[in-house]
Amino acid sequence: MIALLDYGAGNVGSVMKAINYLGHAAQPVDNPELLERATKIIFPGQGHFGQMMTALGKRGLLGPLKKILSSGKPFLGICLGLQALYEGSEEAPEIPGLGLLQGRVKRFEGIFKVPHVGWSQLEIRRDSKLLAGVPTDSFVYYCHSYYGPETSQSAAVTDYGQTFAAAVQIDSVWAVQFHPEKSSEVGLTVLKNFLEM
Amino acid sequence: MSDILDLEVSDYIVELSDLAIGRFSDCRHFFLQSPDRSVTRSFNFSTMFAKRIIPCLDCKDGRVVKGVQFVDLRDAGDPGKLAEIYNHEGADELVMLDISASQEGRATLMDTVNRVASRLFIPLTVGGGVRTLEDAQRLLSAGADKVAVNTAAVETPDLISEIAAQFGSQAVVVAIDAKLSRDATVEDQPSLSGGAVVSRLVREPDGRMRQSWAYPRVTVRRRPGTSPWDVVTYGGTHQTEFRALEWAARAESLGAGEILLTSMDADGTQRGFDCELTAAISKAVHIPVIASGGAGGLEHFAEVFQRGAADAALAASIFHFGQHSIRSLKEYLMAQGVPVRLSKAVENPKLNG
Repeated sequence: MIALLDYGAGNVGSVMKAINYLGHAAQPVDNPELLERATKIIFPGQGHFGQMMTALGKRGLLGPLKKILSSGKPFLGICLGLQALYEGSEEAPEIPGLGLLQGRVKRFEGIFKVPHVGWSQLEIRRDSKLLAGVPTDSFVYYCHSYYGPETSQSAAVTDYGQTFAAAVQIDSVWAVQFHPEKSSEVGLTVLKNFLEM
Repeated sequence: MSDILDLEVSDYIVELSDLAIGRFSDCRHFFLQSPDRSVTRSFNFSTMFAKRIIPCLDCKDGRVVKGVQFVDLRDAGDPGKLAEIYNHEGADELVMLDISASQEGRATLMDTVNRVASRLFIPLTVGGGVRTLEDAQRLLSAGADKVAVNTAAVETPDLISEIAAQFGSQAVVVAIDAKLSRDATVEDQPSLSGGAVVSRLVREPDGRMRQSWAYPRVTVRRRPGTSPWDVVTYGGTHQTEFRALEWAARAESLGAGEILLTSMDADGTQRGFDCELTAAISKAVHIPVIASGGAGGLEHFAEVFQRGAADAALAASIFHFGQHSIRSLKEYLMAQGVPVRLSKAVENPKLNG
């Protein structure tokens, strides 16, 4: 069963539409029992980092989520679902993240418009199953004010005044900062790659 | 250019405030120049940020229509079909406006939204007659990614913050219909002063495109104490006390994620966007500005990005009646030095099996 993790504020609907369009089925999951039965997990995040982590905790999803991240089950985080993998975020300094990636999520600063809304290119850093068939310089759709810093696990980066992690991979855990469900053919390719892993 | 100095990226914020020349909305390569042109700094970025092309479906009774200055509607097709065509052609986003809603109190066409959203994998904004938080909620659950609020936001500005608090700023587009005040004039021969900073693409000797930056030449004259553009509502039929620049800044502070700016003077004329208005609003806010109204030729899009400092441009009739395809527009813009998303040969993964 492919679980679409629903903590109450994520963009579950549009990701579900894209999964169905690609000919797959997924189940929205908002409780630990169901989550533990999942064989593959997609975690679309949206909104506020602190509220997301708190909502996950309140629903008892944090424990099972951490277990999944080390289980070898394919996992795909989207947008805030990527940011959750870091140690924490400037958006809610007192609330810890899942800590799979080193470093903290930061807010864009400087002369660029914030949020970063629109289509930016990907610079592919290394081959990954998730980005198979996605050429470097492909455009993807972003909508975010905070970013995860580039690490050695970054499979692709984007530069918006700051170079940030566009796609990451830690073993079977993948995550993207952009919205594959809104990134037209390139985004559908990424989702299809994950669904068929 | 001999006086370009290369700096570490960490230096640019300080330098910017010293130079005091405004904001940037794109990246790849750009240079900053002081107003007297005595100091120049250059920067390079590795990925491009595209200007967006957004077709607009003005809907009435489930059909797409487009008026000339919002009167005298012409039928231009089925929204679902148009959405698919535009997506395939490389539209960066889609806007659906139920243009009859404010005037006649019609409920927005939920099933149309649903139908369009189920096969569209680019952002979808829906507006027209969004008067309450519940209206916004219904549209978002029908498949819209963003809602556009116009008349109701002018009458009840708190609506912006309510929707933003519930769904996030990224879901709130404040649509502003602006009209030149009768006591304002726009200079025919714009000067170098003022205006936002815009970018264009330049081909390097090695063939690679880089993004470079320049000042648009925009000056708006107005009588002391007046603002050159007023906000109008109800599809342009109602004059308000709001001034467009002030209202845009207030909308941002209330939580708007983007401004959809329509020039009522240019709308339907096909004589080009109002670049002066667009540059002025773009300078007044930090959020992206979508320019709308007046597109009649490809050159008008280049103008509104280069002179109007728009982040995105929206048009309807020019696309609906097959005058220009989105792909040909983007190829033209790329050749003119405007950064756009020209999709590579990635096949539809569903069809690839």
